[in-house]
Amino acid sequence: MIKHLPILLIVVPLLSALIIPVAGRINRALSWYIATIATGICFVISLLLLQTVLKEGSISYWLGGWEPPMGIEYVIDYLSIFVVIIVAFIAFMVSIYSRKSVELEIDEDRISVFYAVYLLFITGLMGIVVTGDIFNLYVFLEITSIAGYALIALGKKRQALMAGFKYVVMGTIGATFILLGIGYLYLMTGTLNIAELSQMLPQLYHTNAVLTAFALFAVGLALKIALFPLHTWLPNAYTYAPSAISAAMAATATKVGAYALIRILFTVFGVSFLTFGDLNLAHIFLFFSVVAILAGSILALSQTDIKKMLAYSSVGQIGYIVMGISLLSITGLVGSLLHILNHALMKGGLFLVVGAVVYKVGITNIEGYKGLGKKMPISMAAFTIGALSMIGVPLTVGFVSKWYLAVASLEVGMWYLIPVILISSVLTAVYFWRVIDNIYFKTDDEGDPGHGHGHGHGEERVKPDDAPAWMLVPTVTVAVLCIVFGILAYAPVSLAEKAAVILLR
Amino acid sequence: MIEIILTKYNYWIYIVLMMTGFYAVMAKENLIKKVIGLNIFQTAVFLFYISLSKVDGGTAPILINGPVVYDNPLPQVLILTAIVVSVSVTAVALAIILLIYKAYGTIEEDQILEMNKHND
Amino acid sequence: MSKQSMQRISHDPGSDITTQKHVIRRTVAKILIPFIQLFGLYVIAHGELGPGGGFQGGVILGASVIVYILVFGLDEGRKRVTEKTSDLLVSSGALIYGGIGILCLLAGGNYLQYNVLLPDPKLASHLGILGVEIGIGITVAAVMITLFCETVRRDDDD
Repeated sequence: MIKHLPILLIVVPLLSALIIPVAGRINRALSWYIATIATGICFVISLLLLQTVLKEGSISYWLGGWEPPMGIEYVIDYLSIFVVIIVAFIAFMVSIYSRKSVELEIDEDRISVFYAVYLLFITGLMGIVVTGDIFNLYVFLEITSIAGYALIALGKKRQALMAGFKYVVMGTIGATFILLGIGYLYLMTGTLNIAELSQMLPQLYHTNAVLTAFALFAVGLALKIALFPLHTWLPNAYTYAPSAISAAMAATATKVGAYALIRILFTVFGVSFLTFGDLNLAHIFLFFSVVAILAGSILALSQTDIKKMLAYSSVGQIGYIVMGISLLSITGLVGSLLHILNHALMKGGLFLVVGAVVYKVGITNIEGYKGLGKKMPISMAAFTIGALSMIGVPLTVGFVSKWYLAVASLEVGMWYLIPVILISSVLTAVYFWRVIDNIYFKTDDEGDPGHGHGHGHGEERVKPDDAPAWMLVPTVTVAVLCIVFGILAYAPVSLAEKAAVILLR
Repeated sequence: MIEIILTKYNYWIYIVLMMTGFYAVMAKENLIKKVIGLNIFQTAVFLFYISLSKVDGGTAPILINGPVVYDNPLPQVLILTAIVVSVSVTAVALAIILLIYKAYGTIEEDQILEMNKHND
Repeated sequence: MSKQSMQRISHDPGSDITTQKHVIRRTVAKILIPFIQLFGLYVIAHGELGPGGGFQGGVILGASVIVYILVFGLDEGRKRVTEKTSDLLVSSGALIYGGIGILCLLAGGNYLQYNVLLPDPKLASHLGILGVEIGIGITVAAVMITLFCETVRRDDDD
């Protein structure tokens, strides 16, 4: 059974997704159980795979017993296992969390459909990370995207529908560009296997077709990861989706897209392709990532809806990841990979808290967060930890990845990137301070003790009425991990370093 | 110059179709026309792939006895999968349009954006 | 025939004009639908030997039921293929596909490695492919029917 683990990573959520509609007809509550058990099994499998990969190096699995390049191969190396664990963990946490969260946000008769599509989403994510065949990557990317479109359109407000439609159109155009890029690569080499492509492409670097393929991949993947200026689908999609889905998508979908970008840039095309011609192609990515970092933070400043603010903040964070990729050094890539982990934890945790607030109080307006520090102390503590990590305070995960990115910029001599990181951290602090100020230092007008209604009124304490345990436990776990990986950063860093060394060879 | 156009006519055809579809997605305001444009866009890419699979003097890749030159069947199989993906995307888009029509009463994009602005 | 007189006539069940109006459609549909389904099954079964396969055959099968719904009305069609049936068929078709893969896992090979299922690898390969094609065909047909019915359904209690 151990040798079949890579394929079980995909098969378990897939078959569970198919069983849920049948089971949901018998008993509606079964769908949550099946979804949580499936994501839990995925998480356990990913941990077992981590053990195996640390012992043996990369694992390869031949689907159908056909030898590559004839058949489809599934490869798990250090980079894949790094991302698989993140995705499986977040999927498990969101699945537990969604038991209570979907009660208010999704109509009752659609709940089993919700879980089925959510598991298909997870299947697609796992498939993208594990596959070693480039067309299989496209298929799983589309499975993820289509499930994402459907999940976003399940949101309660009617703006969710328009957000979902915009995502459909933009996502499909991006995916079609990727398909076209795959076509060009197949045209030039005749193979679809990623390992074989990486061997055959170096002698074809000078051809126009490979350059076109790279351009198509770059644009298509930039659309999928919402790199500025192709990010316009993201704010509305994250704002109006159900809260559990905002958390899941913010923490996984764009990160797996970044994984696909790393895989295609470094494994398929190879680092030497980026510096081959007269123009250093990585500088294009660098330019857009810097704009993304600054634009994301600036646009987040003026938002009044907290989910939209977090969404624009995500646009900025993706800029960090792409900046690390475009520095083309081991430290830069380590910083990028660490930021994939950290952003998943930080943004996932923040969206989970926002969802808890939506469940308890029903608002997403920043103004409505006044006085919540007393009403929901544990959730707000988790929010504060997440906010501190986003700013990059030492002892939290955010600091580790920003440190690596800063060191990498110094190494390649681009010291002007450090002010960019600093400015964006300051802007992050500003827009998070607005929320934290409201949470802890302002009180709701009704319970305002400073209005002199008399002794009795001022003594009335606000009873802490936090979110239910099903929602609280995942939120607190993610927040605690933000600090744990900030202090004990050795484990993720060593894994990321191993991955980066292989990628940049 | 002429020979570039004549020998690589499959590229020109797919580019023209693709840009037509892209124009429809961007410029048309009716949501259904956008979906149709998306379909044309994807179909152009499928045509390109299939035109890649043609071998000079080859016949359809169905096994018959004797030495025959076959067309390359791999791109055709890839496009089968891609067509399924395209159908799924169209289905989801149409389902969302149905819900939009029920929620907004119109499927013209500019009117929907107007109504959204008043909502927020 | 004025519009009003046609409406008056169509409310009268025993009238000649209405049955005359729909007789052509109904007869043609009744003759064609079994052949369409037979062709659909042929396309599914011949997927590995020629053009065809699960998806195409499934679409043809779904189209046959859609023709039935178009001619005889949504309620008639839903009596034949109920919502419960189509939901179950959607899941079970893809579960057949996954199930065959798991069978291959249990029989000792990799996922979807058909040639370990039976002692004769060639026959096992053929049967494996046929099995997954049938699974895909069932799912695709059920999905097409569900999509069509949900699109044309009139929500009177919205």
